[in-house]
Amino acid sequence: MTDVAAPRDPVLDVRGLEVSFGTGRVRRAVVQGLDLRIAAGQCVAIVGESGSGKSVTARSLLGLAGADAAVRADRLDVGGTGMLRAGEREWRRLRGVGVGLVLQDALVSLDPLRTIGREIGDALRLHRRMPAAAARARVLELLELVGMPDPAGAIDRRSGELSGGMRQRALIASAIALDPPLLIADEPTTALDVGVQARVLALLAEARDRGTGILLISHDLAVVSALADRIIVLDDGLVVEEGPTTEVITSPRHPTTRALVAAVPTEVPRGHPLTLVDRSNALVSRPVTASAPREIVLEGRALTKTFTTRGTPTLAVDDVSFSLERGRTLGLVGESGSGKTTVARLMLAIAAPDSGEVLLGGSAWSSLPERERRPLRPRIGAIYQDALGSFDPRWTVERILRDALGPAATGTEVVDLLEQVRLAPDAAARHPLTLSGGQRQRVSIARALAEAPEILVCDEPVSALDTTVQARVLDLLDELQRERGLSLLFISHDLGVVRHMSDTVAVMRHGRIVEHGDAESVFTDPQHEYTRSLIADAPRLRSLG
Amino acid sequence: MGSAVRRTLGRLAGALFVLWAVATLTFFAIHLVPGDPAQAILGGPGSQASQEALDRVRADYGLDQPLLVQYFAMLGRLVTGNLGDSYALRMPVAELIGGQLAGTVVLALLALLVAWLLAIGLALWSTAPGRVSRAVAQGVELTAASLPQFWLATVLIAVFSTALGWLPAVSTGTPTGLVLPVITLAVPLAGFLAQLMREHLLIALEQPFALSARARGESATGIRLRHALRHAALPGINLSGWAVGYLISGAVVVETIFARPGLGRTLLRAVELRDVPVVLGVVLLVALVYVVMTFVTDALSRVADPRLRQEARP
Repeated sequence: MTDVAAPRDPVLDVRGLEVSFGTGRVRRAVVQGLDLRIAAGQCVAIVGESGSGKSVTARSLLGLAGADAAVRADRLDVGGTGMLRAGEREWRRLRGVGVGLVLQDALVSLDPLRTIGREIGDALRLHRRMPAAAARARVLELLELVGMPDPAGAIDRRSGELSGGMRQRALIASAIALDPPLLIADEPTTALDVGVQARVLALLAEARDRGTGILLISHDLAVVSALADRIIVLDDGLVVEEGPTTEVITSPRHPTTRALVAAVPTEVPRGHPLTLVDRSNALVSRPVTASAPREIVLEGRALTKTFTTRGTPTLAVDDVSFSLERGRTLGLVGESGSGKTTVARLMLAIAAPDSGEVLLGGSAWSSLPERERRPLRPRIGAIYQDALGSFDPRWTVERILRDALGPAATGTEVVDLLEQVRLAPDAAARHPLTLSGGQRQRVSIARALAEAPEILVCDEPVSALDTTVQARVLDLLDELQRERGLSLLFISHDLGVVRHMSDTVAVMRHGRIVEHGDAESVFTDPQHEYTRSLIADAPRLRSLG
Repeated sequence: MGSAVRRTLGRLAGALFVLWAVATLTFFAIHLVPGDPAQAILGGPGSQASQEALDRVRADYGLDQPLLVQYFAMLGRLVTGNLGDSYALRMPVAELIGGQLAGTVVLALLALLVAWLLAIGLALWSTAPGRVSRAVAQGVELTAASLPQFWLATVLIAVFSTALGWLPAVSTGTPTGLVLPVITLAVPLAGFLAQLMREHLLIALEQPFALSARARGESATGIRLRHALRHAALPGINLSGWAVGYLISGAVVVETIFARPGLGRTLLRAVELRDVPVVLGVVLLVALVYVVMTFVTDALSRVADPRLRQEARP
């Protein structure tokens, strides 16, 4: 895979790139001394945590770093054109023609008020004088090329009417409309289901094989390892490691790279930490799973839930049964729309099942009237993907936790909770908005722990986080489970994460559980075809998979 | 299809409720204003009507009945579509309003149009890159939005009629007579609208789709015209229903200052005279316009925002 063929014309040649914001003494460099060379048909990846300067680099290569950014370089050849002294006019002529950009989730990266046909046709309209009919024919061709099902039907639809995968295809079509020699993909698969992710990566690989040079940007080493020939690891604006993909993954030298490699959960066995810190004393093997049958703390029996939208009923949850044992983790995995979140809501008794029943600790739960259920509610806690949205933005962390602890809460209890989620006591005075994504999720875990629950329902708790941050949050959940004997219902679309976290696994599709069993056997010997395709699509480090 | 009918019926019921509530509130509020309607019927306080004449008029118009009885009599009349006769002018209220309606509607719609044009221009200008116009625009918007109409009207008259002599100070029924009243009504509204649109333009320009479009080669102006403006217009359209109500109530001030015939002046005079049927008629009409405008802006929003036309997802 490594590109050792005769050097072809570089489609990107950047030397000594420096991007800084601010003026005078408060000038802050966010990228420093970056060298980047991509040949036609080659894929180079920039990997790093958020804030490492990846996206700023991508924007600088399009001349879109912003008015308050200062971009300097010794050489800046993009798509075969020297752009070092280019003005806005030259940049505009280059964008779309010499270089295309693919951003993450096309729901927000395509204008939701315009049809994808117009969005894709924009590049043609702006750079080629083309009759409307010819432009439309070219757009249809492009949709065909990116594997859009029914291009003629899709062309007049808007991004909101398309599924995640189709949207992303449309976005890629808009970036390659004029067949630019260089394609920049900034987190192109973040927030997508694994199946869609695999297909988007395959699409980028096709473009690469047609001779397009690709600059791939991601926080996820597993995603880029499937596609990239070379990997550049960025930390705080500096290149800390660079080399052929296999080399970087198998023998990472820099601590940042090692943390990124370790954070990929797919191949890491249950119970082993994903972060490198304290690995020596944190590594605790789990008790043998074949022990005596455990007490069942939460059970769903033949649950059914239907939603009716404008007279059309949709079966969101269809005859779902499972049980969660004390101190263990049940992983619920499936793509978006498979009914996972509805199951979580049924378990939390926020929604009532149409038929079937949820039992808490062996006694009635979903069938209780709310008045009798309320005193039992502290037994189940919950954390969600969007931690920030679940906080009152005006409240400090201390107030959030005091509110959860109850009126008699003391300051020590707040500090105690923060300590349990490995946050410093001074976090108490801060507002959630000023915290990082990982810290926010810790606060939401602390809030869930305030009422000392036996069960924690985790609905996509790490989906919005970078892999290294995700690794720390997953390790925390694991440790908390060991310390407090928590039972976890862990819901995620990410197979690697579920596999790493779960003792038993249920695979959901279209509201039904298609496969259910011990995590190891489900993942090593999947019985259902759908499970097999999910496993095949899950990103893993290439050298290990 | 069935749900669309149900939604429309639900909204109609809501509209009827609003009209009933407005009629009720207005009826009781007008009785809090000091003055005697019987005097008004007999030509105002200066008419020196005899006690006998007053008593006869009270009996004729049912004014000697308890307030609740009068209220239900009014509701009964309204249900049959009869707005009654003006106390002061002795003519049917419907006819009176019909004569005054056109002038006010023209004034309000022109003001709305001018406000939109001013707001779009100001919002686009202030969000252009590489200019210091943002701070300036912010100041202009805030000032415009907080200008009292009577003050603005007085200043406009002083400058353009008295000093420069370009435009008439009093409405003449010619198009030039409309200029100052329209500007008086439009400027504060334009300030509101521009503020709202600028904010939403900036939000839209921060969206990833704006970056995607720039990366395709779209210019900074193209982004604002072809992408962001439409996003910014949506809240403006929603506001326009309220804006028409605002403009009609503003017409009370403007028509009085510029001596323009219209609903506003009719309403003001009717309140002064305690001409209950006319006040009720005008207020109900304004409420009706408001309800209709809400329907219209909803429909316009659906045209402008395809996402609203999609079915809600669970």
